[in-house]
Amino acid sequence: MNFIDNPEKLRGFEKSIRVEKISRRSILKGLGITGGFVLAAPVMSRQAFAYETGAGKMPHGVVVDPRVFVAVAPDGTVTILAHRAEMGTGVRTSLPLIVAEEMEADWSRVKVEQAHGDEVKFGNQDTDGSRSTRHYLIPMRQIGASARTMLEQAAAKRWGVPATEVKAVNHEVVHSATSRKLGFGELAADAARESVPSIEGLKLKDPKDFRYLGKGQIGIVDLHDITTGKARYGADVRLPGMKYAVIARPPVTGGKLVSFDPDAALKVPGVEKVMQVRGWPWPSKFQPLGGVAVIARNTGAAIKGRDALKLTWDDGANGKYDSVAYRKELEEASRKPGLVVRQEGDADTALKGADKVVVGEYYLPHLAHVSMEPPVAVADVKGDKAEIWAPVQSPGGTREDVAKTLGVPEGNVTVNVTLLGGGFGRKSKCDFALEAALLSKELGAPVKVQWTREDDVRHDFLHTVSVERIEAGLDKSGKVIAWRHRSVAPTIASTFAAGAKNEAPFELGMGLVDMPFEIANISCENPEAAAFTRIGWFRSVSNIPRAFAVQSMVGEIAHATGRDQKETLLALIGSPRIVKPAVKDMWNYGEPLDSYPIDTARLRKVVELVAEKGGWGRQVPKGHGLGIAVHRSFVSYIATIVEVAVDDKGKLTVPRVDTAIDCGTYVNPERIASQIEGAAIMGLSLAKYGEITFKDGKVQQKNFDDFQVLRMDESPAVTNVYIVPPGPDTPPSGVGEPGVPPFAPALMNAIFAATGKRIRNLPLGKQLEA
Amino acid sequence: MIKVKINGQEQSWDGDPDLPLLWFLRDEAGLTGTKFGCGQALCGACTVIVDKEAVRSCITSINDVAGREVTTIEGLHPNGDHPVQKAWRQLNVPQCGFCQAGQIMQAAALLMDNPKPSHDQIREGMSGNICRCGCYQRIENAVHLASTGV
Repeated sequence: MNFIDNPEKLRGFEKSIRVEKISRRSILKGLGITGGFVLAAPVMSRQAFAYETGAGKMPHGVVVDPRVFVAVAPDGTVTILAHRAEMGTGVRTSLPLIVAEEMEADWSRVKVEQAHGDEVKFGNQDTDGSRSTRHYLIPMRQIGASARTMLEQAAAKRWGVPATEVKAVNHEVVHSATSRKLGFGELAADAARESVPSIEGLKLKDPKDFRYLGKGQIGIVDLHDITTGKARYGADVRLPGMKYAVIARPPVTGGKLVSFDPDAALKVPGVEKVMQVRGWPWPSKFQPLGGVAVIARNTGAAIKGRDALKLTWDDGANGKYDSVAYRKELEEASRKPGLVVRQEGDADTALKGADKVVVGEYYLPHLAHVSMEPPVAVADVKGDKAEIWAPVQSPGGTREDVAKTLGVPEGNVTVNVTLLGGGFGRKSKCDFALEAALLSKELGAPVKVQWTREDDVRHDFLHTVSVERIEAGLDKSGKVIAWRHRSVAPTIASTFAAGAKNEAPFELGMGLVDMPFEIANISCENPEAAAFTRIGWFRSVSNIPRAFAVQSMVGEIAHATGRDQKETLLALIGSPRIVKPAVKDMWNYGEPLDSYPIDTARLRKVVELVAEKGGWGRQVPKGHGLGIAVHRSFVSYIATIVEVAVDDKGKLTVPRVDTAIDCGTYVNPERIASQIEGAAIMGLSLAKYGEITFKDGKVQQKNFDDFQVLRMDESPAVTNVYIVPPGPDTPPSGVGEPGVPPFAPALMNAIFAATGKRIRNLPLGKQLEA
Repeated sequence: MIKVKINGQEQSWDGDPDLPLLWFLRDEAGLTGTKFGCGQALCGACTVIVDKEAVRSCITSINDVAGREVTTIEGLHPNGDHPVQKAWRQLNVPQCGFCQAGQIMQAAALLMDNPKPSHDQIREGMSGNICRCGCYQRIENAVHLASTGV
């Protein structure tokens, strides 16, 4: 815990750039405290918590130190650092709220400041994988409890009473025996001199005394700023003397610039300079593609200048990438054996002996993230020092990559994290920040690099493209006795290493090898697929095609056996048990399996809950249909029921969506609901429209006219969210991503119920009109 | 020299008359509340009110608004307490928040034109504004709340 002498300096984003420096100084010098009390992971206390998470295994692990995260000013203002990036999940509110809860701070007197990128100091900051609450519920509670203990110790000393006799209550420390009270502000300076208590000895609050956690009464900290235009996103950073840049990049991944003619661009009013940007060969992780930058006095001039450039490109080896041909390759590969990644029993023999085999081949094309804020970054590089302002999900990773790209020590790079106007995985890749750094270095001035929407659509790290083929063998009674699932998709690993053709363990673990059904003979295979563009992770990643395939297949089996979808689903899930797939070192979202097992009791429960609340089996009007799907991802369990209406012209509407989520112990149910409501929109978007295609190596879409996303007039009329109350020791699990996967299969099962048409190829497009 | 009134203040521009209003607001006038989302009037993130009409500032040139009155999110209400802004906060509408300035300006213009829109009219009137986070249910309810107080 720290002491800040002038909290007024902390207000407002523009000033927070300075604040970071003030708070650093106060941490290291102002109070005579040297260095950070940094604990190497793992730091979880087995005494206090009945589970462990994978937090300690993340790069730089966890830092539990109140002096790093908390500062109290004499007026009682408590400043809590948010060290994870805010992209709409509410994490900038939720994590500080946990600290405030445990330290007995009054939330109305708490200010949240965004930490810059420094993982040695703050612990892992990579805001990805639906991990923030899951990994930081315990550490944030410990940080809050430490700060509270230090305040209590300071008060006890002041009064000369044993620390056991005093108690922090709502921003004060109270000695009830003598009715004495001291406010947090009055104790701040003394408390900062107290030693930081050991984690093992910390007394944590009894959850029944929680004022904020699990209650959902707290609005997000940026709510007022967002509604008044004051919230600062990456594009909103303005520095004195800053130049505005847009870049023309090679239209084909791995292509190169042959020549350019800047003359017409230089004649555009406001354009100041045209310059080449260094590109890296493909694949090279997140390094820039290179191209030609137009530098101007404002973004509008830079865009107009870029339009006037004359450019010649060499498309290189990926210039033949063609989505129509590639899809055929994937389909063919899915019909032949591939690398066996899970095997139980003998699926081949069982399929041959089956009474009936239901086969489904499910196609999901590339998807673009299209966060509302296109990639953007500001860089100011002076000599061997660099400062970045950017909407990045991984500020620590950005810092490393900027340092490497510029060839400067990491300690010379400061990464300031703005609000993110959406992320969805795209902003885990910091290529745009690297472009800004390169340009600023060359220009010797601060630069903002703004991606247009066309840039965003054409140069994304796309969601992969996949064929999932499932063969389910049924015996005479209709019981599924064999399951063969082949998954074919270019891997994200191909963005990191040339020639990677098999999916990485973390991709296989997203709905393929962790499939929870109780079936005697299972074979999961991964035939090879080469990549021809940059593949990246997109909200919920491989879970999208896997849930689409597996849960659509449940609907197909229900139809083949003449049974109810939900009953078929529960029969396949089978008995309440812990599923232990025969997979060596199965990836479990980075979590230990003993804390986060595949628990079919929980899977069944969300199905039962959504069925009950969502009125499964209810009578629906003619042309309507209900569909259900369930999926475990990011160690959470989610089931969705979609009601559709399809009119006689094939027009689809969605009158109602119901979703039940079991995400274990939770912090802010109001934000869970908003994430699930949003996931239904994103799920319907991708199911209805989501498709990026390539011809001659080039993305054929460009903007929201040809890469459509859902609009309000076609959004579900109502989305209801039901949250399973956690048991006392249920570990927290993911929320940001897991809402997406069950949507598309629930939708397609509903469309089948309404129309008898089974949609196996996404997007839906005009398939119902045919 | 082009003169335009923005949030009640006279501003002038002697550069490219074709410069989109969006970039004048953001880069020249420093009013960054208005956002860039698509540049083609497809998403509504850049919505401002010109006189009494919602306008996509990304395809409106500064010349097109010469002599007219432009209101941005910063100027909608002096304390940020326009009924639409208050309703947005009451229902915790935003997720990432990036599109919300445009959504709020569109909603404010919609209510100027039709103070008591039905749910269908709200859905239609707001469908030019994209929210990738998917806050539509709450946006719809917030516009309804702003128009009825309930």
